Amino acid sequence: MSVLRLEWISKHFGAIQALEEVSLSLEPGEVLGLMGDNGAGKSTLVKIIAGNYRPSDGRIYIGDVQKDFHHPIEARESGIEIVYQDLALCDNLTAATNVFLGRELTRSFGPFRVMDFGSMNAAAAKLFKELKSETRPKDLVRDMSGGQRQAVAIARTRLASAKIVLMDEPTAAISVRQVAEVLNLIRELKHQQIAVILISHRMPDVFAVADRITVLRRGRKVADKPVSETTPEEVTGLITGAIQAA
Amino acid sequence: MTSEDKPKEFASLDDAIDWQTHSYFSRILNKQSFWVFIAAAIACLALAIVTDTFATPQNLFNVTRNFAFVAIVALGMTVVIISGGIDLSVGSTLCLSAMVLAILMNAGNPLWLSALAAIASALLVGLVNGLLIAYLRIPPFVVTLGMLSLARSAAMVLSNNKMVFQFGPDEKLLFWLGGGSSFGIAHPVIALVLLALLTGFMLKWTRWGTHVFAIGSNERAAGLTGINVLGLKVSVYMCSAFFAGVAGVLEAGWLGGVTTNLGQSMELSVIAASVIGGANLMGGAGTVFGSVVGAALIEVIRNSLILLGISTFWQGAFVGSFIILAVAFDRLRALRDESR
Ligand SMILES: Nc1ncnc2c1ncn2[C@@H]1O[C@H](COP(=O)(O)OP(=O)(O)OP(=O)(O)O)[C@@H](O)[C@H]1O
Ligand SMILES: [Mg+2]
Repeated sequence: MSVLRLEWISKHFGAIQALEEVSLSLEPGEVLGLMGDNGAGKSTLVKIIAGNYRPSDGRIYIGDVQKDFHHPIEARESGIEIVYQDLALCDNLTAATNVFLGRELTRSFGPFRVMDFGSMNAAAAKLFKELKSETRPKDLVRDMSGGQRQAVAIARTRLASAKIVLMDEPTAAISVRQVAEVLNLIRELKHQQIAVILISHRMPDVFAVADRITVLRRGRKVADKPVSETTPEEVTGLITGAIQAA
Repeated sequence: MTSEDKPKEFASLDDAIDWQTHSYFSRILNKQSFWVFIAAAIACLALAIVTDTFATPQNLFNVTRNFAFVAIVALGMTVVIISGGIDLSVGSTLCLSAMVLAILMNAGNPLWLSALAAIASALLVGLVNGLLIAYLRIPPFVVTLGMLSLARSAAMVLSNNKMVFQFGPDEKLLFWLGGGSSFGIAHPVIALVLLALLTGFMLKWTRWGTHVFAIGSNERAAGLTGINVLGLKVSVYMCSAFFAGVAGVLEAGWLGGVTTNLGQSMELSVIAASVIGGANLMGGAGTVFGSVVGAALIEVIRNSLILLGISTFWQGAFVGSFIILAVAFDRLRALRDESR
């Protein structure tokens, strides 16, 4: 049974038609590569799934239940976590504090509830270890590498035992070594039966981890096929429009 | 990052995690509040040597008491600045609080009731500031600039712009509260220490404090994690107003009279204290210790000018230079970090 199913999703911003009748489904533990040119509608699509925008038309099913999210928090409660294109971290806080932001662990201290930094640091360290990342819980995010920031953003998604993780260009603007790290993080999620939608412009990354590739062009879905049945050349053609559909 | 930060080979992941980037010492050296503290300490030491009037118990008592009011208000200001805002209305809020207290006590009400009403009036100012800033998204600068004018005008209307210097049956108690001392320490200073500890605790150890830092650094990210950003902003401006209200009550007791120009242009010294102490006007950074030390430095400068017989007109020049120096220091550090 699919964890996520989209039916005829459309979205327009005023006169701009960002998405047009996109349907999609996702199995547990499946990694879907979502590709398309700048402005094709990729970010808009994942933001709709994550509850940032409401679709102008169409339906979203999580498991078998139809959902209508009004706020990202509702989507998170349904097991959907998103790693935003700009990561949405707080630079001035530590890695562990960022991981737990908004759902901090506390302990009682007399009549007060105080932050339980010890437990949060330990739990974050464990998450980073699970993700096989060399990220130190007590380091400030400001001082971290791009790959480590990705690890923090992804570790956030692991807290809530998410079923679906949406990642918007996690490998843009990081070094080759760090790209490998992030791809390993994705494999780790897959290994734990979490479904992933990976948006990326980098063909090798998508072919390295994705099970299936979906291509959007000008808001329309023009292809949706297993990685084994396509090639980078074909996908490039689909993105640019040299190939109409496949 | 420091140069030793470059990739190393680690025996295991745990080694990598345990490996501390900064030594304790270098972390301290990187703190602006530490350098301000050194500057204030050196200034005190120099004054103690150069003049024989500085290090007298009476003068030290006066210095600490004088800076206590600015420092108390600076605690709230620091919280606002950390959250990414600014509160220009603190001086007027202080005046309003003192005036409400004075009028009620003058009419024969007990101290506790009048003080509660005074602080409630301050909190109301903070609430209005916060609601306008959070829900109508009017820039904090504009809202609190308007409130600067509004709150002082309210104090004038309430008092008919007259000085109040008779405080009814609890007068002695009020003068003791604001002007007295226990264990040789002026009461405003004791209040400052307690409130500073409270603020430090709130910022460091509560979820509220963490969220204040979070919205100051990346408001959108904080909102996406489910933090109630709007409510948090309101609480931040109420916090600042609360400290101004408390300072107003204490200052009324110390002065023994309240006029409507109490706390005029105080917001400037208060913001200066926070900024000199390391609060970043862009939001996301600031410390309690820093703002207290910043307030102390300003008062020491003022005091030294008097003791050294230099015209107090120079005070503004020194405070202004320190503000610019403090921000320049921060910029230089940021530039150095970027170039690594
Ligand atoms: N909030 C918005 N308001 C108005 N138009 C928007 C908004 N968000 C996206 N759009 C428009 O919708 C279209 C799709 O944008 P989207 O960000 O989804 O593209 P994308 O595929 O993620 O591109 P990129 O690869 O550059 O990130 C674009 O034409 C964009 O200008
Ligand atoms: Mg995008």
